[in-house]
Amino acid sequence: MKYLGTLFAVCIAVSLISCGNGEEKKEEESMKIGTTPKKEVVEKTETVKASEIVDLTNKGVGPIKEISIPESIDQAMVTNGAEIFKLKCTACHKADKKFIGPAPTGITKRRTPEWIMNMILDPEGMVKNDPLAKQLLMEFNGSPMANQGLTEEEARALLEYFRTL
Amino acid sequence: MKSIIKGLAVLTIISTALVSCNNQGTSSNGALSSSAAEKVYVAPGEQDEFYAFLSGGYSGNLTVYGLPSGRLFKEIPVFSQFPTSGYGYSEETKPLLNTSFGFVPWDDLHHPDISQTNGILDGRWVFVNGNNTPRIARIDLSTFETAEIIEVPNCAGNHSSSYVTENTEYVVAGTRFAVPVPQRDMAIKDKKGNFKGALTFYKVDPETGRMNLAFQVLMPGFDYDKAHPGRGNSHGWFFFTTYNTEEASTLMEVNASQNDKDFIAALNWLKIEEYVADGGGTKMPTSYMHNVYDEKKHMATSTQINEVLTVDPTEVPGAVYFLPTPKSPHGCDVDPSGEYIVGSGKLSADVTVHSFTKMMDAINNETYAGDAYGIPILDYDAILGGSVQSGGLGPLHTEFDSEGNAYTTFFISSEVVKWKLGTWEVIDRKPTYYSVGHLMIPGGNSRQPFGKYVVAMNKITKDRYLPTGPELEHSAQLYDISGDKMELLSDFPTHGEPHYAAGCPAELLAANSKKIYKLEENEHPYVVSNVADTRVERNGNEVHVFMAMIRSHFTPDNIEGIKVGDKVYFHITNHEQDFDVPHGFAIIGANNSEVLIMPGQTKTIVWEPKKVGVWPFYCTDFCSALHQEMQGYVRVSPASSNIELSWSLGED
Repeated sequence: MKYLGTLFAVCIAVSLISCGNGEEKKEEESMKIGTTPKKEVVEKTETVKASEIVDLTNKGVGPIKEISIPESIDQAMVTNGAEIFKLKCTACHKADKKFIGPAPTGITKRRTPEWIMNMILDPEGMVKNDPLAKQLLMEFNGSPMANQGLTEEEARALLEYFRTL
Repeated sequence: MKSIIKGLAVLTIISTALVSCNNQGTSSNGALSSSAAEKVYVAPGEQDEFYAFLSGGYSGNLTVYGLPSGRLFKEIPVFSQFPTSGYGYSEETKPLLNTSFGFVPWDDLHHPDISQTNGILDGRWVFVNGNNTPRIARIDLSTFETAEIIEVPNCAGNHSSSYVTENTEYVVAGTRFAVPVPQRDMAIKDKKGNFKGALTFYKVDPETGRMNLAFQVLMPGFDYDKAHPGRGNSHGWFFFTTYNTEEASTLMEVNASQNDKDFIAALNWLKIEEYVADGGGTKMPTSYMHNVYDEKKHMATSTQINEVLTVDPTEVPGAVYFLPTPKSPHGCDVDPSGEYIVGSGKLSADVTVHSFTKMMDAINNETYAGDAYGIPILDYDAILGGSVQSGGLGPLHTEFDSEGNAYTTFFISSEVVKWKLGTWEVIDRKPTYYSVGHLMIPGGNSRQPFGKYVVAMNKITKDRYLPTGPELEHSAQLYDISGDKMELLSDFPTHGEPHYAAGCPAELLAANSKKIYKLEENEHPYVVSNVADTRVERNGNEVHVFMAMIRSHFTPDNIEGIKVGDKVYFHITNHEQDFDVPHGFAIIGANNSEVLIMPGQTKTIVWEPKKVGVWPFYCTDFCSALHQEMQGYVRVSPASSNIELSWSLGED
């Protein structure tokens, strides 16, 4: 009887040992601490940052499908847009330099009006459905653009203001 | 050998267990498809059919549940400080808890009642009462936040409260513990004949919901326990149960149970209103606080009021009567038609129902059985509408469905009894687990009940849930009452001790529930609506930080020039304008709480740094993938330091 018990114990021990062996092996493979890692030369392909990509055909995904923009600038709209920018956007955006998010200066030369307005009106949807918006999110450290609950009219005013930057 | 047998036995048990596990799986699938489970099951992503506002009792707060699921949606802080949101800790909400006794950060919250128009729930506000330091609060049902708290002067134990009349003309307060009015130093044994029970009527502004103390009826010094308004034909009357008409002041269990009958007091508030409008009543010096929260300023203010208009009930002919009611009545409930006034004698087996028509006849014919301190006592037999011979013990509260049925809880016999109005026959009875107090049918205290479910709120939990040490949450039970027989559907826990509840169809409130506060409507004196205005100002040892927050940073996030001994006010505005993006603010060593700030809202929390060093603050509510990065530092220098105030975010 006693030695049936012993047999049982041995079985357990064997199974434990075999487990242990597995772990040891793994450890050996991962022992890199303190050693100099091999320098691998990676072929650097020139990647353009999402914020620098120029895409004047992509209208983005969102409520704005098509919008026509007159040649001339509507000054009243610009003033309104600048005020909205100050109140609702400056927590994360500076007009002329990168802050939490990208600067709007020059944005109308890189993006369609529809894309810009969709990004303002439905940032969650854009990050989900527009590949460029998704890339931008990664470029800006995963910091999501807040939906500030603006109306289409307010987003349009912002766009007009951006045209002057 | 023995161990082999043992081993075999163990194996057998294990394999049996495995097999039976499978069996259990099958049978539990079976249970899921039973009708009770289906009736309370609200599938993921779907929403409940009813809101239920349950009194949080001695938590001092009001809880919001969904029915039929029994899921808890929110705890609304009312009479108690609530560190989760900073309620009662933030500078803006501290005034809500001011009383004539100073700052009182707790109360015993009792009876929720939803505002009504034409006797039907209108879903604008829910009123609740604080029993201990007598107060009434109004909760706004667009924000689900406490909007107002008003104190009840000359009162102790505001129990027969906070019920509204059928057009929310008034919300009432009553005195459970008779006291000297005005308070004075006197021997307790001289109570009889010298104490008063004040019944107070607050006029509710039909637009804003603001409460104002209109008049206070100084009744004899009985204990006024529960109340409900008249409706339909009895509109214009209010009914209050009394006990301890013996006016005992000690060993109440015995001494307050001597009289075979106590009273339901019937007050014609329309008559009293008229009397007061004609210049009746006496102004008495007193002191009470009226605290109002301004939703645009995100801030409450307290006003002290030093006078109350009192009314001697014997001075207003035809306004006040006593309805004899057996065995220390507790619940006082009026049916949807307004004809029946149900008085539940808590030491009785039967439920007494008075008829309003008969009451009016007795008044007109002066069918009196005597008087109490000059107030006519109507003849019991002349006003009795009927009596429910239930066979239960200890009736407490009654609610109604729309089919002419009443549902009464029996505390001692732990059951809900369904009976028919008019015939008084008992239709059904179901046990509760255990010792039920209040019950609630959505709209069950109005002209239009939604008689699909009844929630029984039990006082005792015992073995209904996994044990959690000596202290337990209370147990509620949900019954389907759509058929002739009640069907027990589910159990769910509630904060102890739930004193009544109010429920309504979800669509009455859901569409009006606010999602954000508009930043451009924020009138807080310390709001930062433009990030360029964020700053830090010093005024002596008082420092004001004008801070903004948005996913996922504070502006500013580095502050220097703070000194030990300073009193630092963080005024923080959440610049989000999107639903469900609150941010929290917590700073090391704060002697109060965090503040949880809703989109577009400004809140202020005070920090008094005690140690030199560089101390962090951070956002407590996971707000984005960079929530962990939503943090900042305050440099605290010695009191003698002359480091200038400075603040920044990023390189600027």
